Amino acid sequence: MEKTVNQKAWFLVLPVLILVAFSAVIPLMTVVNYSVQDTFGNNQFFWAGLEWFEEMLSDERMWNALQRQLMFSAIILAIEIPLGIYVALHMPKSGFWSSFCLVVMSLPLLIPWNVVGTIWQIFGRVDIGLLGYTLDALGIDYNYTQDVFAAWVTIIVMDVWHWTSLVALLAFAGLKSIPDAYYQAAKIDQASRWKVFRFIELPKMMGVLMIAILLRFMDSFMIYTEPFVVTGGGPGNATTLLSIDLVKMALGQFDLGPAAAFSLMYFLVILLISWVFYTVMVNLDKKGM
Amino acid sequence: MAKITLDNLAHSYLPNPASEDDFALKELNHDWVDGEAYALLGSSGCGKSTLLNIISGLLHPSQGRILFDGKDVTHAPTAERNIAQVFQFPVVYDTMTVHDNLAFPLRNRGRDETYVAERVQEIARMIGMEDMLHRKARGLGADQKQKISLGRGMVRKDVNALLFDEPLTVIDPHMKWELRTQLKKLHHDFGHTMIYVTHDQTEALTFADKVVVMYDGRVVQIGTPEELFERPEHTFVGYFIGSPGMNVIPAKVDGNRAYIDGTELTLAQGYGPLDGKVEIGVRPEFARLSQTEGLPVRVRRVEDVGRHKIIRAEFFGQDINIIAGEDDRISADMNRVSFDAAHVNVYANDWLVRGAA
Repeated sequence: MEKTVNQKAWFLVLPVLILVAFSAVIPLMTVVNYSVQDTFGNNQFFWAGLEWFEEMLSDERMWNALQRQLMFSAIILAIEIPLGIYVALHMPKSGFWSSFCLVVMSLPLLIPWNVVGTIWQIFGRVDIGLLGYTLDALGIDYNYTQDVFAAWVTIIVMDVWHWTSLVALLAFAGLKSIPDAYYQAAKIDQASRWKVFRFIELPKMMGVLMIAILLRFMDSFMIYTEPFVVTGGGPGNATTLLSIDLVKMALGQFDLGPAAAFSLMYFLVILLISWVFYTVMVNLDKKGM
Repeated sequence: MAKITLDNLAHSYLPNPASEDDFALKELNHDWVDGEAYALLGSSGCGKSTLLNIISGLLHPSQGRILFDGKDVTHAPTAERNIAQVFQFPVVYDTMTVHDNLAFPLRNRGRDETYVAERVQEIARMIGMEDMLHRKARGLGADQKQKISLGRGMVRKDVNALLFDEPLTVIDPHMKWELRTQLKKLHHDFGHTMIYVTHDQTEALTFADKVVVMYDGRVVQIGTPEELFERPEHTFVGYFIGSPGMNVIPAKVDGNRAYIDGTELTLAQGYGPLDGKVEIGVRPEFARLSQTEGLPVRVRRVEDVGRHKIIRAEFFGQDINIIAGEDDRISADMNRVSFDAAHVNVYANDWLVRGAA
């Protein structure tokens, strides 16, 4: 077939290019710009090269925040993914109660982040919060503003409450797509409940679970609002996760250069971990797990 | 292996069936003789699969009992019935190898590995997949997947019955024939009770010792292929089996005479007074076209299908089919049709009426 050459066709992609430029490329480049310069205000900039990157890489503060961040993401993934699958497996498959469960489970997903934070901040207070008061009355020493362990438990439980539904809904969609004949054949083959899960349900859910894990990883790695509202990063720096630290640095201390270098590295870390995760999963999938 | 008895069995998918129409499977009594190969034949939605799922325990009947060798298993779970079933669409465990797929039912029953390996080899040879045993089942074609499903159904030797729910739908025609032959051989060698659901009459007639024809939730006839052909118990059987099916012509019957639109036809047997809708049924194979003999007919079209000719004609305002030999000459002045009296059946309200000589 003869190919028609018409350079005017480039105009057709122009709107997309403009959109992407304003929504992603230009802001990102601004950050890059900040990361290699120093400023003392008055729009005066001095070339700093890779200085900020070197400084951030040797900064213990960033490494500690990264550690806390990795721990947070690992813990919530380890809880939310199995719990979401468990919930999906035990949901009614059809009828009124199925729809009912779906609606109830979607509710936490519809609440704005800072409202979720506020809910838990009040819920956990020892003086007026239902949770804090009850725990205190039971003689359990719980105070998320002073106790590091209590603060971590609170933000983790909050995240689990907020996001497990998403995993459950995705897993449920995966389960619903399995034809009845598979379960019937498994019965005929006398497969145990575990084997039905391992050889039928899990392989069929793999695709959506991969999406769930990626989404939850990226979201939890960038989490800001909820822990900021509940603990403000404290006690001390105990719950200062990466983005909380970043905002403190950029807006609190107005260290634009280091903050820009920090955010670029932050972005690269997320990209790297997501890529590694995706590649590993796809390879496992090819091998048939 | 076991004799399977259905005792007053019926099933409705509705919680409170009120009338007979609510039943997907209408009341049924039948013994499936141990070691016979049955085909369950009928059009879609006639209750074949319902019946099959009740036998295997995937479905519990609304009424009646199922007995295996006299033991009531109506409410026993599938696992206890020791049944193998193959479904219409291939079910394979994607993440396992072909070998593990075939071994799965045996391993779940705790058979030792040497036995499993030996049995899997045997089955793999039977379904022609020996060289693929170590491949993952994922990514295989539909017909290969279905062969694995068939293999998994056949891998256990001690099953009470083997049930097939239209298993060859997704297989290409050549392989279909080969697998059917394998199934027949398996039946011959091991004598399992087999029930084979299909809507394809050729498949049913070539596979089974006995064909069970179902229509609208009811078993209308159980018989050998020959019986189904010669004496259809119900007009549906006549119409459904045969290509083309039986001609069913409204008539009045009085003694050993039938009147079609007032024209007389002599029957081989005599009949008492008949109620309701009376029809006579003649297979196209037993109708003959000629210039002189029989009742008037108008030929519309002749189809040559290779081994014989099918004549589509109009007979007292109704369509009928006549089969003529491949070498018979059909000429324009042939406008009479005669029937082989011994093969003219009489039906009242769709059911066969037996006459007296």
